[in-house]
Amino acid sequence: MAKVLMKGNEAIGAAAIKAGCKYFFGYPITPQNEIPEYMSRELPKVGGVFLQAESEVAAINMVYGAAGCGVRVMTSSSSPGIALKQEGISYIAGAELPCVIVNISRGGPGLGSIQPAQSDYYQSTRGGGNGDYFHPVYAPASIQESVDLMQEAFDVADRYRTPVMVLGDGMIGQMMEPVEFFEREAEKTEKPWATNGTKGKRKPNIINSLFIDPQALEDHNHRLEEKFELMKKNEVRVETFNLEDAEVVCVAYGTTARIVKNAIEICKNEGIQVGLIRPITLWPFPEAAFEEVSDKTKAYLSVEMSMGQMIDDVKIAVAGERPVEFYGRSGGMIPTPEGVVGKIKSILGRE
Amino acid sequence: MGDRRIRVITGHYGSGKSEFAVNYAVALAKQGKQVCLVDLDVVNPYFRSREKEEELRELGIEVIASSIGGAAIDVPAVSASILKPLHQKELDAVIDLGGDPVGARVLSRFYKDLQDEEIDVFFVVNAYRPETADLEGTLSYLRRIEATARQTVTGLINNTHLLKSTKVEDVLLGQELTQALSRETQIPIRFVSCLETVASELPDDIEGEVFPLQLYLREQWML
Repeated sequence: MAKVLMKGNEAIGAAAIKAGCKYFFGYPITPQNEIPEYMSRELPKVGGVFLQAESEVAAINMVYGAAGCGVRVMTSSSSPGIALKQEGISYIAGAELPCVIVNISRGGPGLGSIQPAQSDYYQSTRGGGNGDYFHPVYAPASIQESVDLMQEAFDVADRYRTPVMVLGDGMIGQMMEPVEFFEREAEKTEKPWATNGTKGKRKPNIINSLFIDPQALEDHNHRLEEKFELMKKNEVRVETFNLEDAEVVCVAYGTTARIVKNAIEICKNEGIQVGLIRPITLWPFPEAAFEEVSDKTKAYLSVEMSMGQMIDDVKIAVAGERPVEFYGRSGGMIPTPEGVVGKIKSILGRE
Repeated sequence: MGDRRIRVITGHYGSGKSEFAVNYAVALAKQGKQVCLVDLDVVNPYFRSREKEEELRELGIEVIASSIGGAAIDVPAVSASILKPLHQKELDAVIDLGGDPVGARVLSRFYKDLQDEEIDVFFVVNAYRPETADLEGTLSYLRRIEATARQTVTGLINNTHLLKSTKVEDVLLGQELTQALSRETQIPIRFVSCLETVASELPDDIEGEVFPLQLYLREQWML
């Protein structure tokens, strides 16, 4: 298929359908509304179901039910809506069911604003839900990457029986960009655990996250932990850029990484070498990438559209070996390349 | 640009209406006209022409949008001051409608105000948008927009593009579609709009006035 011009939200919907998603449950919220709009129009054409639930809580529990049946299912929302879904996400993680949750995030806390933000890093990587669980979080930086990662997200969800989040800030959802859809066979995963009818041939399957025996729950948590370790080993995605010779290494994801790349270009023209570590998976966090940094690097700079959340993971990865600085804008304000350059220069004492 | 005093820019969302509307308003202002840019987009929360209000004001263009200030406004509230350029005949108005029939509906509210006015309605075509990639889709959007806006399209704009990576071939591909639409509807092609660098490479005999665009709504880091 040739290139077309699509809005991030539309492209995410189209990619999900191409990945074999046939079921969508959701509730409207800006700036992700084009996803349910697209799904409501397109899913019936492929024999799927679009359902607007009465609330985010209802929608995520419908996802829970559909995922239990073994089908490819998704929901999407934006920051406060995702907060509402956290209970369901914890249940889905506990019951080990595959599904994809898209968060096109906006400013917060509370209702915040409808403008882009990255202040959902904590609620995406640490969960607002209860219990010991993690799930993969993909953070695309372009519409093309959003499309590619949606397909990946469904495969990984099935492979590990886990909810997977795709986290784009409002700009990723609202921006138009040229995009190309590549034919990619969806990974086939057997789902013997699905509650899709015994047909009189097997015992009924049970989907559950409740354990009345504490030992059984601890055993379950150990099994989950093994799964998380396996994902940490196999599913880390990262882009590194200009690390060699870099005096400062920026860490940024999503839209912000694009702005940082522009800042790096400006610095280069002024004779300052700056590198970038761009986590594509926020969980698992690409800790190993920090080992590629050279002795020339004096400091790290976490750049975020928030008051500073990912910086915690950067500090864990850096483990005190170098100073970790922060530059961010929040509330729907978007950092400028010039703002980032200013911070880099102040770190290096070259104002 | 000998168009009528009030120009409405409409089309499928993502076709490039707002970028054209801003450029068109700037071109009018540069001719010394007193210009009002009316942003009637109540559909899209991002990339609206009102975002550039400050720059446009410096060029002498008055931007009229929602009566409620703030870029993050997400309610379909339009300002009563929209009536100003409709009634004050000395003003030149560019009305930037929201995308799709749903966005065009806002205009029908002003049906009576526009009844005796000199009005052009321009329909923007981008052949790279999947919904308007062929004649059938484009024609369907045009007719449905006319119906909900209660206006008749008077001119077509070929604005086929892939943002900053647009090439001459892309514009020419869109020109074929726009010509087919023109033949079908008997509506003339009024403009062919594209990046300044591409505009200079277009054939001289292309149907419609070549209108070079500067990208006001795309940040430097965007594609």
